[in-house]
Amino acid sequence: MGKILRRTFLIGSAAIVGGVAFGYYKYTKPYDNPLEDELAEGEATFDPYVKITSDNNITIIAPRAEMGQGVSTTLAALVAEELDVDFEKITVEHGPTSFAYHNSGMLEDGTPFPHYERGVVSNMMRGAMGVVSKFTGIQATGGSSSTKDAYIKMRQAGCAARETLKLAAANKLGVDVTSLKTESGFVISGEIRIAYGELAMDAAKLNPPAEIKLKPKSEWKILGKSQKRTDMLAKVTGAPIFGIDVDLPDMVYGTIRMNPYLGGKMFSFDASKAEKMPGVIKIVDMSGPENEAFGGGIGVIASNTWAAFKAAEAVDIKWGKSDYPAATDGINAVLAKALKSGAGDSLRNDGDAETAFADAPRPSVVEAEYYVPYLAHACMEPMNATAWLKGGKLQVWAPNQSPTIIRADCAYEAGVEEKDTRVHTTFLGGGFGRRAEVDFCRFATRLAKHADEKPVKVTWTREEDIRHDTYRPVAMAKFKARLDEKGTLAAFDARIASPSIIASLMGRAFPSLSPAGPDRTMIEGAFDQPYTIANHRVTAIKAPLSVPVGFWRAVGNSFNGFFNESFIDEIAVKAKIDPVELRLGLMKDHPTAMGVVKKVAAMADWGAETIEGRGKGIAFTLSFGAWVAQVVEVSIIEGEVKIKNVWCAVDVGEALDPSIIKAQVMSGIVFGLSSAMGQEITFADGAVEQGNFDDFDAMRMGQCPNIHVEILQDAEIMGGVGEVGTPPSIPALANAIYAATGKRIRTMPLSREIDFVA
Amino acid sequence: MKLTINGSIKDVDADPEMPLLWALRDLLGIKGPKFGCGIGACGACTVLIDGEPQRSCSVTVGSVSGAITTIEGVSSGENLHVVQQAWIDEQVPQCGYCQSGQILAAIALLNENPKPNDDDISEAMTNLCRCGTYPRIRSAIHRAAKKMGA
Repeated sequence: MGKILRRTFLIGSAAIVGGVAFGYYKYTKPYDNPLEDELAEGEATFDPYVKITSDNNITIIAPRAEMGQGVSTTLAALVAEELDVDFEKITVEHGPTSFAYHNSGMLEDGTPFPHYERGVVSNMMRGAMGVVSKFTGIQATGGSSSTKDAYIKMRQAGCAARETLKLAAANKLGVDVTSLKTESGFVISGEIRIAYGELAMDAAKLNPPAEIKLKPKSEWKILGKSQKRTDMLAKVTGAPIFGIDVDLPDMVYGTIRMNPYLGGKMFSFDASKAEKMPGVIKIVDMSGPENEAFGGGIGVIASNTWAAFKAAEAVDIKWGKSDYPAATDGINAVLAKALKSGAGDSLRNDGDAETAFADAPRPSVVEAEYYVPYLAHACMEPMNATAWLKGGKLQVWAPNQSPTIIRADCAYEAGVEEKDTRVHTTFLGGGFGRRAEVDFCRFATRLAKHADEKPVKVTWTREEDIRHDTYRPVAMAKFKARLDEKGTLAAFDARIASPSIIASLMGRAFPSLSPAGPDRTMIEGAFDQPYTIANHRVTAIKAPLSVPVGFWRAVGNSFNGFFNESFIDEIAVKAKIDPVELRLGLMKDHPTAMGVVKKVAAMADWGAETIEGRGKGIAFTLSFGAWVAQVVEVSIIEGEVKIKNVWCAVDVGEALDPSIIKAQVMSGIVFGLSSAMGQEITFADGAVEQGNFDDFDAMRMGQCPNIHVEILQDAEIMGGVGEVGTPPSIPALANAIYAATGKRIRTMPLSREIDFVA
Repeated sequence: MKLTINGSIKDVDADPEMPLLWALRDLLGIKGPKFGCGIGACGACTVLIDGEPQRSCSVTVGSVSGAITTIEGVSSGENLHVVQQAWIDEQVPQCGYCQSGQILAAIALLNENPKPNDDDISEAMTNLCRCGTYPRIRSAIHRAAKKMGA
């Protein structure tokens, strides 16, 4: 048990501390229904997910951030299926910020075990995380976890509401409840049809039945079928649904300009010129408390956003420096040192890798070093939030992934009680992990303290957004393999050095807690892949770098997928084995993995005669519980790479909405390929060198390949979809370039060594 | 100064150097054009000026004399524009932030070239989408072209 405890990971240890303080008895007590506080006249609620008005308007709460992944549609479908209503007739809302909407799926996936390891210890840890989630009540969207987390509880919510409506009808008609049926929003008794709205007020006074039974899958009418997304009309008509569109009476506009030397202080500033500019209301010192991670800076309050942007530029500021190496070379030297000599955490250590290499004859060893840079999220909608502090009450409107943490953070910042703080979650113009942070809301709240009780909408420039991100970590890795006399893989040793995301995040959100223990995110995508190798060690080494790092789509899988799957390809070349065959052999204990690899090989016509000037590369990654194999095909045109096709087979277990799943996987692929083709965040003189889409671009229409996605449903446990397309796309592209050109590129972005067709 | 926006004339009291985008969003409350980059690189702020797609973050409000069409002005009453309907039929949007600009760019393309091939689409549709909806945008443009030609 001591060993298990030492293996607890960072989120877990922080959360368990919170949970114990909270008291175990609380676990059995469900949170209050937050909808009770905000019902309209003639509206009834049954649980935190369902509201019905007496004139039959049915609202379903989908309490996860809609950032494009279609989660509002799929979560609403879970409730609607069991509630038995027509999907086109319901209204879907994000709903209030509440502990009732805690996400246990996300924390369960944070345990330091491979997804497929379902032993007593790993399941106990996952169960413990469910408890922790309920204690801490963190409502969050991330880790491709929303649907997994909601799959049972939101269907139960719909089912309990339906059964309660039936009870109300039974009382009304004086019949036995077992004689009643439901259909499309009506309770049916023989020839009598009563609309749910007519029963809602009475039903809300009843206790739901003690036992409820979910519909068998064979009776599903909505789930498992592609639905029209509920947010489409708003999104094709330009409706003002995003955080940046918030409009309030007497609202003023603002922006911020923080120290480009990340985390550095502001020594002084001269705003005399900026203060005189038209439209400028106030210039504010944004420097926070001593232990705040964000460093110093200024904020502007103005009568419009453009005036705020111009004034922020016009302030003359003396900046303090940051404490990381001033240039990328220096950062890379820290990584190289950590990689060479640093002690680490080996979350996989099968057999005895050390001994297996000790007597290895030189020709039998394959070695390679890899590198990935920092990356910005570059959401289409720049960071923004609107805050209004009036009469001791705070309201924050924000496109965000973490409303309960933001509520606590902003309440603290404003010096008001959490119960007097409301966080409204708008639609998100992209999130990708960036909007799980608190900074944009804390800054808006800080500026609101100077806004004379008026609401202030604080929008960052694109440059501020790119230069003050919480970046995908930089990482460096050394991989080593030994082939035995027969050419089979006998030993595999990987060392991966990168800064810890969890430590960085804790420093920003909870500077008083000190992180300890292994960080799963540094090593996921490498230690947890379904490859059986006799001597197999994967070690993560924390590199001491203070550049802020955070969750970026697919997190550690985004770089470890590249390292691991590039190296598997290199082993195949050395062993003269087809890379599909090599993978199938290594994953023979995992039929789900073999299934997607075989499927994608068939889709891509793998093994067919190679066309001159073209090449195909394969990669596989298990991430967030989804088993994903991809083949990328490139064509070399006058020395430049054109990505022609991507084939993808994904096994998510139960597929609740095929169209949304395909869209998400496609999206993840474009996101990964965009990063591989040309993205990097570099430092010079202590500051980020890139600032906008001219120097931190992404794939455009003309570069986008044909993407073919097939869904399999053989996995026993449901997987996520929002991030899972990203990890294999990057190595599959690098492997395809090797196949087409013989050039092995081990450093991202690929554009450092090869050009892409524009 | 006076601007013609979606068929009606609006009075706006703005610094003539203010980008059209911010005059539309902050002074006139027209939120369809989105702020993405401020340097004309992403196209989220695309509007039509006399039918031509323009990046409103990089056009000063004082320089505009033509008729401005934003996403709010492309449907007629309850009836969606053919391109908007095609966007729904192909389930194009994900986060949706770039889609106002994408739809306006597609309308301009189809007005100019009612039967675009894939190369025409690649050339005309230069707006950035971070969700990677490009394959569905392409299908939606083909679908709309078919519908408009029918």
